[in-house]
Amino acid sequence: MRHTFAVLVENSPGVLSKVAGLFSRRGFNIESLVVSETEDSSTSRMTIVVEGDNRVLEQVGKQLNKQVDIIKVNDITHEETVERQLCLIRVSADQSTRQEVLQITEVFRCRVVDIGRKSLIVEATGDETKMQAIIRSLRPFGIMELVRTGKVAMIRGERNKGK
Amino acid sequence: MKNGAQYIIDFLLKKEVEMVFGYPGGQILNFYEYLGKSQLKHVLVRHEQAAAHAACGYARATGKPGVCLATSGPGATNLVTGIADAYLDSIPLLAITGQVNLNDIGKDSFQEADITGIVTPVTKHSYLLESLETLPEVLDEAWQVATSGRPGPVLIDVPKNLFLAEGEMTDSRQTLHTRKVKKADRTEELMPEIMEALRKAKQPLILAGGGLVTAGACGLLIKLVEETGIPVVNTLMGKSAYPADQPLALGMVGMHGVAAANLALSSCDLLLCLGTRLSDRITGNRRQFLEEACIIHVDVDAAELQKNVDANYYLQLDARIFLQRLLDEGNFKKNGDIAKWHQQISQWQQDYPLPTTFDGLLKPQEVILEAARQAGSQAVVVTDVGQHQMFVAQYYPIGRCRNFLTSGGLGAMGFGLPAAMGAAFGRPEEDVLLFVGDGGFQMTLQELATIREHNLPVKIIILNNSTLGMIHQWQNVIFKKHYVASDLPALPDFAKLAAAYDIPAVTAAKREELSQVMEFVLKTKGPVIADFRVDGEELVLPFVLPGGKPQDMLGRWQGETHLRSFSRK
Repeated sequence: MRHTFAVLVENSPGVLSKVAGLFSRRGFNIESLVVSETEDSSTSRMTIVVEGDNRVLEQVGKQLNKQVDIIKVNDITHEETVERQLCLIRVSADQSTRQEVLQITEVFRCRVVDIGRKSLIVEATGDETKMQAIIRSLRPFGIMELVRTGKVAMIRGERNKGK
Repeated sequence: MKNGAQYIIDFLLKKEVEMVFGYPGGQILNFYEYLGKSQLKHVLVRHEQAAAHAACGYARATGKPGVCLATSGPGATNLVTGIADAYLDSIPLLAITGQVNLNDIGKDSFQEADITGIVTPVTKHSYLLESLETLPEVLDEAWQVATSGRPGPVLIDVPKNLFLAEGEMTDSRQTLHTRKVKKADRTEELMPEIMEALRKAKQPLILAGGGLVTAGACGLLIKLVEETGIPVVNTLMGKSAYPADQPLALGMVGMHGVAAANLALSSCDLLLCLGTRLSDRITGNRRQFLEEACIIHVDVDAAELQKNVDANYYLQLDARIFLQRLLDEGNFKKNGDIAKWHQQISQWQQDYPLPTTFDGLLKPQEVILEAARQAGSQAVVVTDVGQHQMFVAQYYPIGRCRNFLTSGGLGAMGFGLPAAMGAAFGRPEEDVLLFVGDGGFQMTLQELATIREHNLPVKIIILNNSTLGMIHQWQNVIFKKHYVASDLPALPDFAKLAAAYDIPAVTAAKREELSQVMEFVLKTKGPVIADFRVDGEELVLPFVLPGGKPQDMLGRWQGETHLRSFSRK
């Protein structure tokens, strides 16, 4: 099944390749990976989405946990989380279709961030299902280009930050 | 003011490092400049691979971390096999490599290699030193990582200019370790249940792994066995964890395990696994391993638990602490069931012993038995990798912790000679017995020069069958006698080779001369080589085919000449 790992790491060179290496060595393809600094600039947070056998992924989690520069590994697959990704879509839109495209973007609360003569760039944020819905709705007009960030996630509710 | 080189040397001296094994080169010359002026002893090996293996041999024999040095590029890459060996066998090893100047990194400079990248999957951690200020912290942390928890190798790559850079360095501050969030400890919750399971078991068995040796828990294991009467089988790495002369020591299990030990393993109703990662050489088919028995798995490394085998109880704990708790609180009583279990096991031992009498060509087993007869169970025994390694594991009775050194997990041929050399440095008062095949010996025999230079008492016993014995065996049994590249033609005359290195040597091929030749080997001071010409067709038996169950052993069961699968009487 698809797993989401939240991995807190030291903000040091080599961590990313180490994490990627532990997944790739066991034949897992990382579907998405987001790395960025956290509120503490000496640590980074990775959100990794990967599909694979539960048992083996649990192993990978433990192996990650052993690394010196990895502070904390959380499999948040079954946690209640807020998830977001961001997507930029260049969609065909000429005089005849522009209005319809704009309506769709409104329904999904997307923003239009650039307008050309024959196309628009739409910025969408949301979780996976929303992304898919937007893409499905815009596809008939002709998607010329599409870029997506990976998923970032945060567990809902009050959290004590363990010191 | 100190420079980087001086700081590293002082740090090693402060950690009571007796010696470092190394080989110089351009990018580490600055370090050697100061090494030569210091109290720290340097052993010049003849190939960097041997520096890593020797440091490992030293660490295995003493329990102290081994330290090896190499230059950048080829020097560093030559260390890799030894580093990987240390990783798989959990040996504390600190490797320090020279690197090109900081400014030249990433420009494909002469003798540049991304060694931290190369060793990432086979080290606990690796560092590319980026500034002098971080040196104290890096060294301190590297040392802690290599020696703590489940030990292993750590590499520090030091750019040439940082050896010479000077600065005021204060000793290390807080280390990164403290940032780890501790996992909940399940000891208190599980201990009572584990003890209850042990008390209830009718046919319990202990599987002793290398973790017991690392933890220094061998003495406690002896006590526990005395108290409970639970028999002990061992993994290859756990061979020195429990003295072979104890009545309840059943010997090695697994692919080439002793028949009675494998039968006990497959019949036990409870298996207490201590400091072992339950490798495929033990379990065969992981999914079907002891489906009926209660498995208790204790290991210091959480990542080993539930990795290969699903245990009923698993606990992340140092083996010594675990055993101490059992002894303090166990209240074990031997019951009638345990006597029945012992009886059953001795019956198996009687019915399916390892052969001890031989005819025809000289057999490797008899050479090992003769060495054991004369050198005794207290000798330091080192092996290389292959058939002879399995024969030693089956036949040589090891009586003391840390007295059996072998490349278990990586199975690196060429390990034997340099590791024996490292062991001889670490335990200077003792003779070191090295069993090595003609194949593995030729992989690192350049170290004869180092052994000669230091007049090390390494007794090199070559079990020479002119073949790559284990490959030959697999091609015989699994590939239906289709032998490819497993004969070793153009073997040198090892006695003449020894003469070239000015090392006394003897060649023997006859059963009658065995005892006398062995006496010569053990009585000769300093290094000596004995080239025993043994039967190349001998098979290591029993043989559990890869993926089989422990009781599915091929062997010659009742003095038969053909191989057949084991069937219970």
